[in-house]
Amino acid sequence: MKTTMHRRRVVEMLLEDRKGLLVVAGLGSTAWDITAAGDTALNFPLWGGMGNAAMIGLGLALAQPKRRVLVLTGDGEMLMGMGSLATIGVQKPRNLAVVVIDNERYGETGMQRTHTAAGVDLAKVALACGFRAARQVRGLGQVASLRKAIHASAGPLFAQVKVIAEKIPLVLPPRDGGLLKARFRKALLGAQADLD
Amino acid sequence: MKDWPDAIYRTLKAAGVRQVGYVPDAGHKRLIELCLADKEMRAVVLSTEEEGIGLTAGAWLGGARGALLMQSSGVGNCINHLGTVRECRFPLLMLVTMRGQKGEFNPWQVPMGQATPAVFEAMGVVVHEANSAEEIAPTVDAAARLAFGSYQAVAVLISQAVIGIKSFQDQSSR
Repeated sequence: MKTTMHRRRVVEMLLEDRKGLLVVAGLGSTAWDITAAGDTALNFPLWGGMGNAAMIGLGLALAQPKRRVLVLTGDGEMLMGMGSLATIGVQKPRNLAVVVIDNERYGETGMQRTHTAAGVDLAKVALACGFRAARQVRGLGQVASLRKAIHASAGPLFAQVKVIAEKIPLVLPPRDGGLLKARFRKALLGAQADLD
Repeated sequence: MKDWPDAIYRTLKAAGVRQVGYVPDAGHKRLIELCLADKEMRAVVLSTEEEGIGLTAGAWLGGARGALLMQSSGVGNCINHLGTVRECRFPLLMLVTMRGQKGEFNPWQVPMGQATPAVFEAMGVVVHEANSAEEIAPTVDAAARLAFGSYQAVAVLISQAVIGIKSFQDQSSR
């Protein structure tokens, strides 16, 4: 796998001028990546629940059909919830994008190789599951067009972005799950969030 | 009282449930059909039960109420994700049709069925048992109030005695 892309740069580009984008990040490096790009209430970074990031994105996208929802997760996290690609393919939410930041490693546990290092093609899996579009991204030029698609294309959209396997400093979001949930709902739903 | 699934459906509607995740079970057949036919509800077929924990959590983040339908054998699949529900205090309403209880004919269903209440309680889920058809809908109503009113994870266990499947032949003919 040849890539020269750094994950933090990719995520920073994807979240540039994000407008009202709702972002769910999977357990591990992608949660730190979205935090490095700027912690905000409309981020929901996961500290556990490995394998369920895409499904949280689906529930959110169905509940908020007028908002764009982006799930950013790692290859290991996505592999654990691969069935959710089939579930999303059945529902076909037009406002959902799932982007896998693929370093082909379990980055938090010693950089062990994942299935994608052996060639498992998650973009093809997503396409076979019924996503409207799926792509592999290997250069920063393609990242810019992916960002546009996340905001404008009919979903569900899938992308597998190949990045360098690198050990980089952690940038940690708040870890209190109740806080993360409450601040997200308040930012999205307003004061009514606390009264429902 | 054979129309208890219809009564559950009306209860879910009244509770404002808009997303229903399910892994099919013979005991939930009628309820799933009702949810699928409802234009105001989104019935989401899941490939495994824990997906429903993510679905309903995401729904709540977006301001919508969800419910999860499954058989007791699926409860074990959810365990780690019940940790997320507890840490974040997501409301969660689960309706579980029981196997491995009275008159079970498949020995492979017994371990998970018998362990279901203990597994839920170990993960901080409130368990309500419904042992007759008449008490199911009121129990679901109470569970929905506890889940959405008090931000709790609640499971209603619908007894195998109510569902009344007696054999493999009986199950497949439904």
